[in-house]
Amino acid sequence: MSQDIFTLVEHRDGQVTEGSFELIGKAKALAAAAGGKAVAVVLGDDLGAITAQLGGADAVIQVAGASVADFTPTAYVAAVSALLREREPALMLFTGSAEGMDSSAGLSATLGLPLAGYATDVSREGDAAVVTSQVYGGKLMAEAVLEGATALVSAIAGAFPADAGRGDGSPAVETVDAPAADVRVTFRRLIHPEAADVDITKEDILVAVGRGIGDADEIEIVEELAEALGGAVACSRPVVDAGWLPKARQVGKSGHKVKPKLYVAVGISGAPEHLEGMRDAELIVAINSDAKAPIFGVAHYGISEDLFDVVPALTELVAG
Amino acid sequence: MNIAVILKQVPDLAEELEIADSGAELDPDEISWVLNEFDDHALEEALQLKEATGGTVTAVALGGEDVADALYTALAKGADTALKVGDFETPPATHAAARTLAGVLGGRGFDLILTGVQAIDDVDGWTAPVVAGYLGVPHVSVVTHIAPADGGVTVNQEYAGGVVAELDVHTPAVLGVQAARAVPRYAPVSKVRQAMQTSTIEEVDAEAAAGTGVTVRRLFAPEAGGHAEMLSGGADAVAERLVEILKERGLVG
Ligand SMILES: Cc1cc2nc3c(=O)[nH]c(=O)nc-3n(C[C@H](O)[C@H](O)[C@H](O)COP(=O)(O)OP(=O)(O)OC[C@H]3O[C@@H](n4cnc5c(N)ncnc54)[C@H](O)[C@@H]3O)c2cc1C
Repeated sequence: MSQDIFTLVEHRDGQVTEGSFELIGKAKALAAAAGGKAVAVVLGDDLGAITAQLGGADAVIQVAGASVADFTPTAYVAAVSALLREREPALMLFTGSAEGMDSSAGLSATLGLPLAGYATDVSREGDAAVVTSQVYGGKLMAEAVLEGATALVSAIAGAFPADAGRGDGSPAVETVDAPAADVRVTFRRLIHPEAADVDITKEDILVAVGRGIGDADEIEIVEELAEALGGAVACSRPVVDAGWLPKARQVGKSGHKVKPKLYVAVGISGAPEHLEGMRDAELIVAINSDAKAPIFGVAHYGISEDLFDVVPALTELVAG
Repeated sequence: MNIAVILKQVPDLAEELEIADSGAELDPDEISWVLNEFDDHALEEALQLKEATGGTVTAVALGGEDVADALYTALAKGADTALKVGDFETPPATHAAARTLAGVLGGRGFDLILTGVQAIDDVDGWTAPVVAGYLGVPHVSVVTHIAPADGGVTVNQEYAGGVVAELDVHTPAVLGVQAARAVPRYAPVSKVRQAMQTSTIEEVDAEAAAGTGVTVRRLFAPEAGGHAEMLSGGADAVAERLVEILKERGLVG
């Protein structure tokens, strides 16, 4: 086992994702403490513009070839398996996205390596990795010890500062051939969402509604509050899945990342996937009848009352 | 297509979560169990596929507290058969559970295995990719659309911002479902009771399998560090106080 710390770099439309920089920053700190290197592993076809963004890493391994031109779980697992077997880094860090989930868990099962997901912190005790994971919708944390040749860790977005992973160094770039194509999963195309009537990423004030609203007909009360405040309505994922609001209004991991001046979360529990999209809002107010809801961990002001009492009262006062 | 759907019961987050004396797990006596919401989506998607193209749906779960309820409910919703694997006092972690499930599902010739993309008690990874890894078949997580295609299925995998990738997947394969094409159907109590009287759950023996080097040594509530300032005193009082705060910040005119 080496003391190197690998990260799987994600990129989209020619840009390395924010989450990847977060991992590289953490990898650097862990590698420095152990006397190893922070190695950024990046897969793709035409990687010149991508590796140029990886100046924060100590070294870069690029796996280049047509079979990894776009993400597929089979190709990524095959490519990274070969690297892990050969190099045995102490740790490999992944994001919590679809790519991170499929890659880390596929590798873990295939190679018999320990894996922890939803990481908010990673440290080392001797050769073992100690990972703090967010579980039960963010209501509890689990501290787990990972023992094995390489510990695999998938982190929650925002767990580590991204700036620590950026840099203008020029690390050595090693090129490794991509594995042969695996016909079992093939990439066809990316589909972008249709343009929406309201762009919630551009609004100063958002009133976001969650499953606590209970019924499509009740969303009206949230719209009224948003209107009184001069803002727009946003929502959590289950509200979209239930067909109560369009996908364009969704905030979070698989929705939009927003940073309004005011974010009022109504009947939203504050699952990590939701927080990922709104924790940087300037002022967060949460209304949730469960005083232990994780949303209160990121809100500036909290109201633990029934939303059906508070929301209309607010609307009335604001509308004057 | 013959589809297996892996179901799992998880603690109900609407209830208080009590940590056991060991400090490393929940107190099993204090948990009320509900079906993992993403597994409910996986079941709905399986039933929709069956209704559109024929085939069968088998609901599968590791044996444990209240698991029979979940399986009978699946039968009431339209699953053809139900399979209970082993009997576990506390639910095994992801890898151990997946190893046991893969051992049973491997020989049964399913074209597709569906399960929820994640569960709130997952620490050591997610069921779909881990089961697939043990079976040596492909997997795709965060799936929002499944359509039959030549030699397998075409699926959508969802990324940030609502962007999705369309992937062709050969079967057999394991998919981690994020959302079904329709809101998961509801089975009235009367239909579940009927299923209990008219159907049987097939039971398969299985021993606990080994995990993969992950030990949870502590479970704890997040530090109150960044906690909100709570406003109290009843709906009208908090509304007034909040509007004052918003006015001070120039957010309300
Ligand atoms: C890969 C992946 C991506 C995801 N992406 C996203 C995403 O982009 N965005 C997102 O939001 N989620 C996302 N999720 C889902 C996420 O895990 C949660 O399931 C979701 O955020 C929960 O939404 P919620 O808070 O509205 O619902 P719940 O968690 O059900 O919370 C409802 C809340 O309402 C409160 N409540 C109920 N009644 C009342 C009342 N009368 N008054 C006041 N409060 C009340 C309850 O106390 C509860 O806290 C994703 C999940 C996965 C697996």
